[in-house]
Amino acid sequence: MSRPTGPPTNGTFLGMPAVPPRSPYGTGHLRGTRKFPEAARDELGNEQLRRNLGRATRTIRGKRLDATGELPDWERLRDAGAAIKSDTMNRLPELLEQLERKVTEHGGTVHWARDGVEANEIVARLVKDTGSDEVLKVKSMATQEIGLNEHLESEGITAYETDLAELIVQLAGDQPSHILVPAIHRNRDEIREIFLREIPGVDPGLDTVPAHLAAAARAYLREKFMTARVAVSGANFGIAETGTLSVVESEGNGRMCLTLPETLITVMGIEKVLPRFADLEVFLQLLPRSSTGERMNPYTSMWTGVTPGDGPQDFHLVLLDNGRTAALADRVGREALNCIRCSACLNVCPVYERTGGHAYGSVYPGPIGAVLTPQLAGMHGTDHDPNSSLPYASSLCGACFDACPVKIDIPSLLVELRHQHTEESGTTAEALAMKAAAAVMKRPKLFTAAQRTAGLGRVLAGRSGTFSRLPAPFSGWSDSRDTPAPPAQSFRSWLASAEGAATMRAAAAEGARHPDDDAPEGS
Amino acid sequence: MRIGLFATCLGDTLFPEAVKSTAVLLARLGHDVVFPPEQTCCGQMHVNTGYQREPVPLVRNFAEQFGDPSIEAVVMPSGSCAGSVRHQHEIVAERYGDAGLRTGVAAVKAKTYELSEFLVDVLGVTDVGAYFPHRVTYHPTCHSLRMLRVGEKPLRLLRAVEDIRLVELPEAEACCGFGGTFAVKNAATSSAMLRDKMDHITGTGAEVCTAGDSSCLMHIGGGLSRIRSGTRTLHLAQILSSTRTSPHVLAEATR
Repeated sequence: MSRPTGPPTNGTFLGMPAVPPRSPYGTGHLRGTRKFPEAARDELGNEQLRRNLGRATRTIRGKRLDATGELPDWERLRDAGAAIKSDTMNRLPELLEQLERKVTEHGGTVHWARDGVEANEIVARLVKDTGSDEVLKVKSMATQEIGLNEHLESEGITAYETDLAELIVQLAGDQPSHILVPAIHRNRDEIREIFLREIPGVDPGLDTVPAHLAAAARAYLREKFMTARVAVSGANFGIAETGTLSVVESEGNGRMCLTLPETLITVMGIEKVLPRFADLEVFLQLLPRSSTGERMNPYTSMWTGVTPGDGPQDFHLVLLDNGRTAALADRVGREALNCIRCSACLNVCPVYERTGGHAYGSVYPGPIGAVLTPQLAGMHGTDHDPNSSLPYASSLCGACFDACPVKIDIPSLLVELRHQHTEESGTTAEALAMKAAAAVMKRPKLFTAAQRTAGLGRVLAGRSGTFSRLPAPFSGWSDSRDTPAPPAQSFRSWLASAEGAATMRAAAAEGARHPDDDAPEGS
Repeated sequence: MRIGLFATCLGDTLFPEAVKSTAVLLARLGHDVVFPPEQTCCGQMHVNTGYQREPVPLVRNFAEQFGDPSIEAVVMPSGSCAGSVRHQHEIVAERYGDAGLRTGVAAVKAKTYELSEFLVDVLGVTDVGAYFPHRVTYHPTCHSLRMLRVGEKPLRLLRAVEDIRLVELPEAEACCGFGGTFAVKNAATSSAMLRDKMDHITGTGAEVCTAGDSSCLMHIGGGLSRIRSGTRTLHLAQILSSTRTSPHVLAEATR
């Protein structure tokens, strides 16, 4: 795309850019190294991964349906969530300024980061100012997005993930493959092996009982909790009205990070702001039921600035853009910013279920990732950008739309992004084929002639009447599917034939004998 | 009732039996079936693949062909094409069309139906007098299910078929993996989805898997044929148009 932050240009722009900036190319984890179809093909070959994913997503799908089904007003809650989010996006600047004012009033410090580079620099500087060379991490998508851990490491600061699944991924030197369950692609045996290999002094007799695995992680983390002086978190919600930040989690490790260290630094995507404290009532119902299938998440932590003698005495909020205003500026695409990162769309997506998250190359995988990633980081039509393949990583089955707690119409957004991509890709073989097909189909005479030519395909198909091998680009299709040869006669030529006319006359005669079949309002 | 039949480009060219069955069924129910001869394609493939400029003439042609006010309803044997007309034509017209196109599209949209919703909602029939003495499983296609919300309507029609043995398809609402150009662009993922769908279908022991979209059936049927499963695919209209006096011959099911 011809965006100012595209890979070929690093020019300086004076004044307001015509298009809001995207996340910078090459920074953070919003772009993989390979296009989706190739990456997916490799992941599909991993039988263990598919079994792990299939089992996990099936379980969580069932739990979500139970948890949402028991609320008589679930649909109205979804409507409320969508309405609050749309309202928020429509007046984002004023709400963010209000949030800044309130956080500052309560003793916090607010920093504004245009992109991941700025956010990383701000956090690294704040950590260094404390004199510490290590930080505890609360599971956070925003810091994953900008590659904060890697940046801190390059600055000599070690980041320790404290969320159990995030810790597994970090210890394994792996990438997360799910928004909520980063280690969804790993099973207990694999986790045991990772712990035995990576946790110093772990009991060599460790078995695969989940409670024992959790206990091993807890023992490892406990020491960190007691000694660390700085923590970095994300935020699920930031309340403009009060300046309150909130993180919801399952294990309580996040709360340890949020309360024990002296300094707390929160990196929050600007779209996470909510207007009023009372809005939490809606989202604290929508989020846990959609994400883990629970009525309520076990730990909800909230903090407002600093409180003398209680909790961190130094609080910083880094407000992260990183492509969000670019998404906001897109009339159609801005709806994607309503996402509350519940991951319900991942768990119902038949594509995600089979490929896992790594194939998407972004910290935001699955259906919402396929929409959000290209919006935040752009998709460059002409230079084989992996992000340009993401809008096509969907069969448009619509399950994600049905599952989304804030009713984001992901299939329509995917179709819109596909349109934006083809508009910027110029003349490709596919575009020419599409033009040619439209040219034939808009002229009925040409279309009829083409049908007759198609009928000749019967000769090529031979006696079996089917094609078992088709040329590129259809060879992937014919790898697992037979294709019927076109019939000798199209429907329209049958209808125009004596046989067709006779059949329709006979059917009409039968219809005339049963006039009662017609419903009163239908005739 | 005067019904405009939209054959769909795929149905007209590759699966004429499904369209014939639709035409015959509607005529048998006492309706006047007209086939505007200049009709071609709804443009769904273009829009879903990311092309909204190219299908403008197709959208215009559709609106013109079926815009005739004497046509009371436009019926098609495809949930995805009905979804395209109802949800995508507006997007295309809004972006690239003139006021005339936008008006035309809105007028046709209001009277467009997929076959099962037309039978149940508009005509108010569930028993169409069909006879089909076979073991059948039904796959609800994604666009019928989630774009049109046809729900139980196709199943209500099938349950009323004489001598049919309807067997439930496990994980029926999961996508079969077709997705139009998705099956070509992401062939490996599409095939993995198809494999699971086929396992569920063959597991039911059904002789026939039916659905309301020839495109999904082309995908599923192509896979079932490749693994020599013995299970056929038939469009819902072909089962509903089969009667005691002119039964569908299953031996010819795959044509």
